[in-house]
Amino acid sequence: MNIIVCIKQVPETTEVRINPETNTLIREGVKAIINPFDMYAIEEAVRLKEKFGGKVTVLTMGPPQADTALRETISLGCDEAILVSDRAFAGSDTWATSYTLSGAIKKIGAFDLIICGKQASDGDTAQVGPGISAHLNIPQVTYVKKIEEVNEKSMRVERMLEEGYEVIETPLPALITVVKEINEPRLPSLKGMMRAKQAKIALWTQKELDLEDQNIGLCGSPTQVVKIFTPPQRSGGQMLSGEVPEIAETLVQLIKDEIP
Amino acid sequence: MDYLLTDEQKMVKDLARKIADEKIRAVSAKYDQSEEYPWEIIKVIADAGLFGLFIPEAYGGMGVGVMNLCLATEELSRACGGIAVCYAASALGTFPIVLFGNDQQKKQFLPDLASGKKVAAFAITEPEAGSDASAIKTTAKKVGDHYVLNGLKHFITNGGDAETYVVIAMTDKTKGARGASAFIVEKGTPGFTFGKKEDKFGIRASSTRELIFTDCKIPAANLLSREGMGFIVTMKTFDMSRPGVAAQALGIAQGAFELCVKYAKERQQFGKSISSNQGIQWMIADMATEIEAARGLVYSTARMVDAGVKDVGKDSAMAKMYASDVAMKVTVDALQIFGGYGYMRDYPIEKYVRDAKITQIYEGTNQIQRNIIALQIIKELAK
Repeated sequence: MNIIVCIKQVPETTEVRINPETNTLIREGVKAIINPFDMYAIEEAVRLKEKFGGKVTVLTMGPPQADTALRETISLGCDEAILVSDRAFAGSDTWATSYTLSGAIKKIGAFDLIICGKQASDGDTAQVGPGISAHLNIPQVTYVKKIEEVNEKSMRVERMLEEGYEVIETPLPALITVVKEINEPRLPSLKGMMRAKQAKIALWTQKELDLEDQNIGLCGSPTQVVKIFTPPQRSGGQMLSGEVPEIAETLVQLIKDEIP
Repeated sequence: MDYLLTDEQKMVKDLARKIADEKIRAVSAKYDQSEEYPWEIIKVIADAGLFGLFIPEAYGGMGVGVMNLCLATEELSRACGGIAVCYAASALGTFPIVLFGNDQQKKQFLPDLASGKKVAAFAITEPEAGSDASAIKTTAKKVGDHYVLNGLKHFITNGGDAETYVVIAMTDKTKGARGASAFIVEKGTPGFTFGKKEDKFGIRASSTRELIFTDCKIPAANLLSREGMGFIVTMKTFDMSRPGVAAQALGIAQGAFELCVKYAKERQQFGKSISSNQGIQWMIADMATEIEAARGLVYSTARMVDAGVKDVGKDSAMAKMYASDVAMKVTVDALQIFGGYGYMRDYPIEKYVRDAKITQIYEGTNQIQRNIIALQIIKELAK
């Protein structure tokens, strides 16, 4: 089974601070990690490989330092890693990113399954996975919490919903995004870490990929970020005291006053 | 401080730290209370490949030496001295086979120990033979192509949970210390049973049991080296493993230190954080300096072992003695900084005090270590 895992390197969210003047992330000194949801995608891919054989190829689009994230995936049991990186890709939104990644996937060639984390912990859009499947014109199943069965040309999965889950059978090749309920990611092994250190990470730039210029980077991104702001901290509430009917009346009046 | 670690050593340290922080910390109190053997963590350490660090590659290990073993032990001990000793005691039981095993014995026993599929233990201590190891009473009598073992070992770390034991027994009582020999005994051998499991003050995640040998028949091929080499095997094994105990003590000290510094910064009294008090600051400065001094000794000794320096007895005794004395002092001071909260079991710090104490006692009490150091110095002067 040949599996492609798409990952993203994100700032460690427990350490993120925001510059109150510019309303942007303070990235200096913040550790970059593999998006936590992608760790489940990596684990599931490695487990499928261990069960059915084949190969796991990891793909990321990002700056050169994303090399570290890709090496970590090798230490966890992935076989190959490709970094898609070029100044021309800078400023990509989820549309341009998924278009660029789909271009890289076409270059990789035949595959059975693409696995992504359900969303990235920095942007929280959950759009890149589905975007890739759209660009490649393959089926997608999001929020997968369990792979029940894998056959030669299809697989059956459980898709998590707010209440309960759906059982979905999809033809292969397909793209799935996974939730954290699907597995418990392993830690790297020492042998894996040594392999990761020596691994050759392929670098694909714009010229290695067959992409239309108008669809990549900032100019290929329909999303316009108009403003980023930190929601103001809520000030303390107002305590009402007295008898219940009296409080209820005051409360209703207060709410009415708030409605413009 | 920069310890000038190689990339490989940094990798081992990082990996062990990850295991400690992500897997061990959350369960250390649970195992401390239940005294169950922490198999789930042993499996994580095994999958990570840390059991085989010092075992040659030809026998399934990594062949990267004692320094790496110390780094791994130190990092694991930072989170739990009890779980870390399950790991370190397996190394103690494995060293005699690495050092003295013949090719056949190495092929037979090392691969499973390197992969962590099996855990090892070393058995010399008996009720009447602690520091005076020459007083052991367990006997091994050669009968045809077998040895028959009789006797009792006690306080054996990993006892009952380990699969592979190296046992020191007397093959010739008339020769005293020169009449002892070392044997590999597998769990499940008829006549080999386990006695009482000890209820301990600290390192409670680890198991400590009696080993009972009653006409236990083992193949003669399980004799390590040759008859009469038992104490040489023991001494050389301890030379290798003492840096590991020192590293365990060092890790316990480091772990307690980190907790108390964090607490000192958070704890507010008289309207300010207690870390702004000079009294606390001086304690922190002393602890940090003593820990670094201990680390210097431990790493230097481990590097000497890996470089093949012939006689490391004195140095490894110094490292074990000093690091464990530092661990005891630092953990007690760390608890003091936690004040009343530190005395409560809801807080993790009292466990560090309990875990630290054993490092001054086992693998040779610190009094015995001082004997070793002094005798060696006097011997050197006489040359």
